[in-house]
Amino acid sequence: MDLFEYQARDIFAKHDVPVLAGEVIDTPEAARAVTERLGGRAVVKAQVKTGGRGKAGGVKLASDPADAVDKASQILGMDIKGHTVHRVMLAQTADIAEEYYVSFLLDRTNRTFLAMASVEGGVEIEEVAATKPEALAKIPVDAIEGVTEEKAREIVAAAKFPAELTDQVVNVLQKLWDVFIKEDALLVEVNPLVKTGDGKVIALDGKVSLDENAEFRQPDHAELEDKAAANPLEAAAKAKGLNYVKLDGQVGIIGNGAGLVMSTLDVVAYAGEKHNNVKPANFLDIGGGASAEVMANGLEIILGDPDVTSVFVNVFGGITACDAVANGIVQALELLKSRGEDVSKPLVVRLDGNNSELGRKILTDADHPLVQQVDTMDGAADRAAELAAQ
Amino acid sequence: MAIFLTKESKVIVQGMTGSEGQKHTKRMLASGANIVGGVNPRKAGTTVDFDGTDVPVFGGVAEAMEATGADVTVIFVPEKFTKSAVVEAIDAEIPLCVVITEGIAVHDSAAFWAYAGQKGNKTRIIGPNCPGLITPGQSNAGIIPADITKPGRIGLVSKSGTLTYQMMYELRDIGFSTCVGIGGDPVIGTTHIDALRAFEADPETDLIVMIGEIGGDAEERAADFIKENVSKPVVGYVAGFTAPEGKTMGHAGAIVSGSSGTAQAKKEALEAAGVKVGKTPSETARLARELLVG
Repeated sequence: MDLFEYQARDIFAKHDVPVLAGEVIDTPEAARAVTERLGGRAVVKAQVKTGGRGKAGGVKLASDPADAVDKASQILGMDIKGHTVHRVMLAQTADIAEEYYVSFLLDRTNRTFLAMASVEGGVEIEEVAATKPEALAKIPVDAIEGVTEEKAREIVAAAKFPAELTDQVVNVLQKLWDVFIKEDALLVEVNPLVKTGDGKVIALDGKVSLDENAEFRQPDHAELEDKAAANPLEAAAKAKGLNYVKLDGQVGIIGNGAGLVMSTLDVVAYAGEKHNNVKPANFLDIGGGASAEVMANGLEIILGDPDVTSVFVNVFGGITACDAVANGIVQALELLKSRGEDVSKPLVVRLDGNNSELGRKILTDADHPLVQQVDTMDGAADRAAELAAQ
Repeated sequence: MAIFLTKESKVIVQGMTGSEGQKHTKRMLASGANIVGGVNPRKAGTTVDFDGTDVPVFGGVAEAMEATGADVTVIFVPEKFTKSAVVEAIDAEIPLCVVITEGIAVHDSAAFWAYAGQKGNKTRIIGPNCPGLITPGQSNAGIIPADITKPGRIGLVSKSGTLTYQMMYELRDIGFSTCVGIGGDPVIGTTHIDALRAFEADPETDLIVMIGEIGGDAEERAADFIKENVSKPVVGYVAGFTAPEGKTMGHAGAIVSGSSGTAQAKKEALEAAGVKVGKTPSETARLARELLVG
């Protein structure tokens, strides 16, 4: 889960990373009081989870409280690369002398953590990495040892920070490592880390991404989620505990197991090339226990998607028994009908594996007018695409 | 001979007394695995009856190994206890540790991976968030159904559980030497490369099927490895061509970030290494079949 800048700022402050005072608002009028609290001047910054907001006009300096209201009203509602600005952060102004870059992240390739640092901050770091790789220091960090003072000094030396800043940057790095470890982060990035005119090192803008698998020990993280921005179908699916991603096609997909469902999307997209270019409408993994209730919840989400014109249920019973899935489909259709839902989209079902013969027989016997069975995954995908194109 | 797991393997189960552990221990026993014990400090000294087979419960991994000669552990404990369960297995120097539990925080998997390295990599870790591995007709360590296929000469390594089952099913008449589910998390123990190396060395494996998916660069590195080190035919499949950038597709590691980790890049890398890559699981199975039986 990626955080907004203001959320990253709050988490930095909680772990004693030096940051500037700042407050987030969602109406222009609120800017007046905040700017007064910040000393009469403020930087108004769009809160969007994408880069390049400065170039897009999403960061403006306000010279007094009235100007802050004006600037906030200009930025709120702006569209930056498809992200609507719903909030702005007002931050204390800073006298910036130099801009640097530091981050900690997961290095998947080497199955460890990585520190990156550069004295050429303030620009997209991918750009530095591509055009001037020697200016970006990359230092592996052992997952058990972590960032000791010695490791922090190694990072500072490798990035060639000015000698007089060493102690301050070492301190910032150790505090950022606290953020990384204690918050179960996948990424902690400060860009820019600045030196102010009076020689202080401050984290001016930050990016934090949190590991959702760590929620069992991070109960506070749930409230950082931007529920308003979530697609309504994705939000409804999440509330039902379903693993669902909305896509922009027409064939609704339900399957078991992440790999099989990803594969199902691909196979449907290939089949769609022959049928008016229809595409998968979603990713939905109902996992191992495909009970009638889980199937009903899944079908409800998918049938509620106005883009969907056919549904493909693709199950390989490993642990899951196909007879339970078949019963789930039959009961789910009844359940949805009894709830008054509109159940009128055709379903193509492919069952293989554990108890598949029994499962197929249950569907055959139920003889539901909307349900068709196809024995192979490729054949079923083709049929579902064909139905979606009609 | 197979890889990593044979009929000689003596298997213990950490978390055997929990509901998942019991369910799958029963299935493993039914498929012929030699389950010699379970681990639960609070139930040490008791036994669990699995349809007439009494399996003893030990207080720890080291104790279980000493009493039974176990050389494989399968972990079913809940995610918040998984790191300490793996660390215990590493401390006991058990040769193979299969971590089935899903939803592991990546800081935990990075920590136990680093710990295994610190201790000299005496323990091979498979997983986490994986279905385990099966050597059909010999042994089964994890949750892979034993009745899909029979012993044969195909080696299978996959990031995905259900695609493992699908591929075993497609090629069920030919059969498999060993099928290894390595899991789709960002940090895993055994990689495609580890399994490829072992299959290359296994005289009972004639062809290797590798299944990958979006995220990271494991498939690209496997392609480089194949080019230099694998003489046996390899057939590949990659899932996730239609996955949008920046969205996690079920597995924590299945995410395209910017332009890296795409299915297209992985497919191209594998093809450049001489791997035949199928467009669908069924086509992949067909390619494998053509290479083996013409």
